[in-house]
Amino acid sequence: MKEELFVSGRNIPNIDPYLNIWHWQIPLYLFLGGLAAGILFFAGFYVVRGKADKMRTTVKIAPIIAPLALVIGLGALFWDLKHKLFFWQLYTTIRLDSPMSWGAWTLMAITPLSFIWVASYMKELIPGWDWKLEIVNKMEAWVIKQRVAFAWVMMILSIILGVYTGILLSAFNARPLWNTSILGPLFLVSGFSTGLASIIWMSKDEKERKKLGRIDLIFIIIEIFLIIHLFMGFRAGSETAIEAANLFLGGQFTVSFWVFVMVIGLIFPALFETLEIWGMHIPKWLPPVMILFGGFMFRFIMVEAGQITRYLY
Amino acid sequence: MRYAMAIDTKKCVGCGDCVVACQTENNVPHGYCRDWIVERVDGTYPSLSLELRSERCNHCDNSPCVRCCPTGASHIEEGGIVTVTHHKCIGCGACIQSCPYDARYSHPDGYVDKCTFCLHRVQKGQNTACVDVCPTKCLYFGDLDDPNSDVSLAIKDRAWKVLAPEAGTKPQLFFLT
Repeated sequence: MKEELFVSGRNIPNIDPYLNIWHWQIPLYLFLGGLAAGILFFAGFYVVRGKADKMRTTVKIAPIIAPLALVIGLGALFWDLKHKLFFWQLYTTIRLDSPMSWGAWTLMAITPLSFIWVASYMKELIPGWDWKLEIVNKMEAWVIKQRVAFAWVMMILSIILGVYTGILLSAFNARPLWNTSILGPLFLVSGFSTGLASIIWMSKDEKERKKLGRIDLIFIIIEIFLIIHLFMGFRAGSETAIEAANLFLGGQFTVSFWVFVMVIGLIFPALFETLEIWGMHIPKWLPPVMILFGGFMFRFIMVEAGQITRYLY
Repeated sequence: MRYAMAIDTKKCVGCGDCVVACQTENNVPHGYCRDWIVERVDGTYPSLSLELRSERCNHCDNSPCVRCCPTGASHIEEGGIVTVTHHKCIGCGACIQSCPYDARYSHPDGYVDKCTFCLHRVQKGQNTACVDVCPTKCLYFGDLDDPNSDVSLAIKDRAWKVLAPEAGTKPQLFFLT
């Protein structure tokens, strides 16, 4: 038997009996950040490949979601800060050791970029759109000229943003469930998959949807592979890692993880997308909605469960 | 200079005086504490062993809380004492997540707070409040680099352990066993 008691009356809110200082705001932000990263990556990707007109929704329409997602996500982050009025301190320092610091700077760069990207397509999407200001028109013309360069920067920044949503958690050595290097690529792939899902949902072009559906299927398979790898890593790890994995393998998050994330969020949509490729009619909204739901639940469960895991001493 | 503390788990009676002294000295808000007592029972009845530990921030040499802080609010003072600059802290909670000892909490005023090894007293050459008040004299504080300091002498001839050494944080709290 091992038993530990606090006899000094330590009962600190959100720390005892277990850590719970990050609530819905952080998983929501991680979800929206990954979603925006996915959308922006593919928008840039098809511009670089010169397929902007063939992939109209991907390049021109869906990116409208990205700045909205980023602003709502940043709003959630701000909401979560306990010392809100001091938030600007994030931008008076650059701390390379802190993932949160370089995440803040990445967001500082990619958020305005996403606005510029959307703005540069306004005239194409809304006939008769006029910026009214000559300087804005001139800037727009310059952005359109430099669009491929913008696309490259956006792709690189969106990969950093996507990886960062995972690394933010994996950098915390003290939380065994998070402290694995698989979380970076896993969150990146999952974010890109949710981004693709929202483009597929929005697109009315059958060809575009099929193409993206195939890519999404590959991302889902990679994601499932990484999740299996994650658990294999935990099971082969220290006792703290095994205890962390057990939260999903018989512990309190087992049902929510396997039902919401694995079955509804990954396996079913993969199955539906495969059937669609084979020519079966599947409601267009179904796989994307499931992927988006699964993606959000994945982040929510990982943040909740990670805070329960700790060193055993 | 390397400030550290040793806690004699054989002498500690778990009275909680260190907790109250700290709360008073550092004006810790009601319902919070910077140090606390853990009573650990190992074994199966009737063969049980009890360990009493007065715990606090470990002022780690390799401190994850300082590394992950995005604003530099968490930093290391001279002598290795880990502190938080209140007006630089945004209350993001990263340092709380990164601490294997759960030694930090979110102060009701927004910033993150924790044990400072009573830096304001130490700078005047005094001991920390918890050390001074301990009725069984089971807490030892001082400079590890000084072989004659209380803490150096305390760990010299006794077996000791640190908490969660596998976390790699190089804690500066030594529990005499």
